[in-house]
Amino acid sequence: MSEITKNNDENRVPERPEQGSSRREFLVQSSKAAAGVGIAALLGNLGNWALSYAADKEPIKIGVLHSLSGTMAISEVSLRDTVLMAVEEINAKGGVLGRQVKPVVVDPASNWDLFAEKAKQLLLQDKVAVVFGCWTSVSRKSVLPVFEKNNGLLFYPVQYEGEECSHNVFYTGAAVNQQAVPAVEYLMSKEGGGYKKFYLLGTDYVYPRTTNKILRAMLLAKKVPEANIMEEYTPFHHQDYQTIVGKIKKFAAGGGAAVISTINGDSNVPFYKEFANQGLRAEDAPIMAFSVAEDELRGMDTSALVGHLAAWNYYQSVDTPQNKQFVANFKAYCKRNNLPDGDKRVTDDPIEAAYFGVHVWKQAVEKAGSIEVDKVRKAVYGQKFLAPGGEIMMDTGNHHTHKPVLIGEILKDGQFKVVSRSKGLVKPEPWSEYTSPDKGCDWISHQGTYQKK
Amino acid sequence: MKKSCRFLLLLLGLLHPVNDCAIAEEPQASVSTGASVERALAQLTSEDEAMREAALRTIIEQGDVNLIPRLDEIRANADRSIRQVIKPVMDLLKNRANLESPKNDVRRSAATDLGTSGKQVAVPWLERAAGKETNKWVRYTMEESAALLKLATDDPSTKLAAAEKLAELSSQNGVPALRELVKAGESPDATDVQQGLAKAAASAIERIETWAAWSNAIETIFRGISLSSILLIMSVGLAIVFGLMGVINMAHGELMMVGAYGTFVTQELFKTFLPAPMFDYYFAFAMPVAFLLAAGCGFLLEATVIRFLYGRPLETMLATWGVSLVLMQAARVYFGDLTAVVAPAWLSGGQQAMVGVYLPNNRLFVIALSVFCVLAIYAILFRSSLGLRVRAVTQNRNMSACLGIPTRRVDAYTFAFGSGLAGIAGWALTLIGNVEPGLGQNYIVDSFMVVVTGGVGKLAGTIVASLGIGGLNKLLEPSLGAVYGKVCILVLVILFLQWRPSGLFAIKGRHADS
Repeated sequence: MSEITKNNDENRVPERPEQGSSRREFLVQSSKAAAGVGIAALLGNLGNWALSYAADKEPIKIGVLHSLSGTMAISEVSLRDTVLMAVEEINAKGGVLGRQVKPVVVDPASNWDLFAEKAKQLLLQDKVAVVFGCWTSVSRKSVLPVFEKNNGLLFYPVQYEGEECSHNVFYTGAAVNQQAVPAVEYLMSKEGGGYKKFYLLGTDYVYPRTTNKILRAMLLAKKVPEANIMEEYTPFHHQDYQTIVGKIKKFAAGGGAAVISTINGDSNVPFYKEFANQGLRAEDAPIMAFSVAEDELRGMDTSALVGHLAAWNYYQSVDTPQNKQFVANFKAYCKRNNLPDGDKRVTDDPIEAAYFGVHVWKQAVEKAGSIEVDKVRKAVYGQKFLAPGGEIMMDTGNHHTHKPVLIGEILKDGQFKVVSRSKGLVKPEPWSEYTSPDKGCDWISHQGTYQKK
Repeated sequence: MKKSCRFLLLLLGLLHPVNDCAIAEEPQASVSTGASVERALAQLTSEDEAMREAALRTIIEQGDVNLIPRLDEIRANADRSIRQVIKPVMDLLKNRANLESPKNDVRRSAATDLGTSGKQVAVPWLERAAGKETNKWVRYTMEESAALLKLATDDPSTKLAAAEKLAELSSQNGVPALRELVKAGESPDATDVQQGLAKAAASAIERIETWAAWSNAIETIFRGISLSSILLIMSVGLAIVFGLMGVINMAHGELMMVGAYGTFVTQELFKTFLPAPMFDYYFAFAMPVAFLLAAGCGFLLEATVIRFLYGRPLETMLATWGVSLVLMQAARVYFGDLTAVVAPAWLSGGQQAMVGVYLPNNRLFVIALSVFCVLAIYAILFRSSLGLRVRAVTQNRNMSACLGIPTRRVDAYTFAFGSGLAGIAGWALTLIGNVEPGLGQNYIVDSFMVVVTGGVGKLAGTIVASLGIGGLNKLLEPSLGAVYGKVCILVLVILFLQWRPSGLFAIKGRHADS
């Protein structure tokens, strides 16, 4: 309200010397003033922004690098919305260091080369302080050299295959030891069903291949015989799962078998449908998925998925007061901004990770008292934040995040029931102890990836 | 039967008199054992382990499904070790009650669970249930589960009988346990009894595996046919548009998408405006909707774009590709990603054809549909006057025009018909995959591959090619895996086209060159 009166006053200032003008002129001028009020009301946000300019504080620019078109748009648009929502929250509370935050949104269109190009544009042209972005591992790999060469800062919010330790990236999603490994340990535990045979099934690209390499090494280390591990890959967009489900059926005969699925995107529906239609139940062989979250379940017929499992670090159903608030805020934000599906939108793990990434950055900037990348980076180490799913902590040296691990069971309404929760936070290990026991990642006492002695 | 059943019951410590195995003893039990169950419930949380064990036994033997809420209550308040003991007991009681369920699936599911529970007390329940079971496959599962449990007893003669029974049932589920027996018999310090058991188990495994090989062969054939039918239904529309008219329509996949979204919209309308029991009929209604929507889109496409580009295949290809991008993005913008199509109840699940062979209903439906579509196309092309005109225009446009056939209109109808078939394909594919904007892109390459391999302009070629490619794919996939199976198919198709550039069924004669 205050800026409206202010603008109103500004409109009147030049009119004062002409006091005593005719009634007609008075009418014209007052209508001008009224129009000024109207415009100011319409552009309330802009007024706010102008205010911060008036205080001689330029807004801090941050980059948002998520695909808004193409195949990955379905997943990544939600992350853009989340980042913008977090920025709105921060601005409403007075911004960072007394300055407003201004997001620069670009669309790399699910095209890996374009990711690098847009990242370059954000860092060199727009000179953003930090970038929040990427989903697929290949897009992250393609922007990595850009960030390293120009000393930029990227917050990456999606669970990934590890084996990376960049000075310029903070990974707020899970490393393999915070998702896949505990998920399989859960399945092997008495509480999880004591499964003995594992069918590792994935889409043919880097994330499933690396994850399965680690899982295989881990299973062998835990004395699961080679014959009880099957590994299989399908091409992207694979639709015909008859043969694979037939194989699983044979593999699962006699019980004690579980499927570990890293199937990606649109292949999930035909897979789960075929699984159910061939008479397999979640009790015979549960499917533990690492790429199916609430946001993906929105668009699926969940009847075939009920009872199957997933492993994440957050679910919309997590019962904490700050999560209830977060979910309500997100739905309200989507509705208020007329985003597709409005308040039917759901939150999930990457959304939470994208959200607290922005807040962690804000806290770090405030701690450092600067937006310079080198200072902010140091301030991020050890930063704690009460995220919707519970408190998280940034590692003190390896650029990853300490998070809880939750195993969830898929319910009919596309939500998860948490069936197991890790004790406390799990320390991230970018280099798995099973495949690279000799490697570590530390930017404080080493220069990134180092050889353990 | 009666005698052995009573013997078993006695063996398991069910001490009340049993008059007839077929009569459930629950009514009696609930009267005479109410007090002991109460006592057992109270003892469940006791410190003394032996007492707890005894209490659990009493509950398993005498309790029924009505105890579950009480147990749940105890479980909620008890500590972890007690919770872990109570859970299997609750499952047992629940499954026992489910053996009497009126639904086949529930009975079968309960029998499977009991078979894997490893609890011997379930054997008489299963045997009694199997005795009065009317459904063949539910009875099969009950017998199988009972045999599986018996195989885990300590008594060698029971084990022997169970192995024999499993072999008779060709039970794939029994193989791991039988393997264990074989392994036990092979160890150097195995007793005579163990060796005898191992021998019986080995022969049982052999019988089961022989059966499995046969059932596997049958399943592979079915999968091949199923994939072929999907390929066929995708490509018949294209065979008409591309084959008969020579139009390379890159937007054909998006016409499938239109059909799929038509199905989705019909479903939503049924959900919103009609009572729930009517819901399952939406799928039948969606067929004409999908056909007409896609045919309408095709008609428009022909009238606005393709009409001006006849005889210029490259331009047609580019223009229709542009149209496909527009349609895809339009679907993405308008529908978003909340577009799940729920298969009606009668098309989910499947039919058990024989032991180890389970045929999903949705796949059976697509097979029947593709046969129906082919028959309908043949009837229209070769038995109707429209078909006669289509064939005439295809063979010689100028001559047909001279004879007074309105070639332009025939073109429009033919194109719309081919597009409508794409819509039907989209409708059927909602049963297999999901509805999303990129749906058409997943299928268009395969469709073109089928039509080109079959020979452009020949419907029979399309049919044979889809059977060949689908069958070969499913034959190669088990050994090569999905990725290399697909690569292998593509290489084979390329080699085949090198050998016969005009496909399986080449058009012969003068107009083949034009």
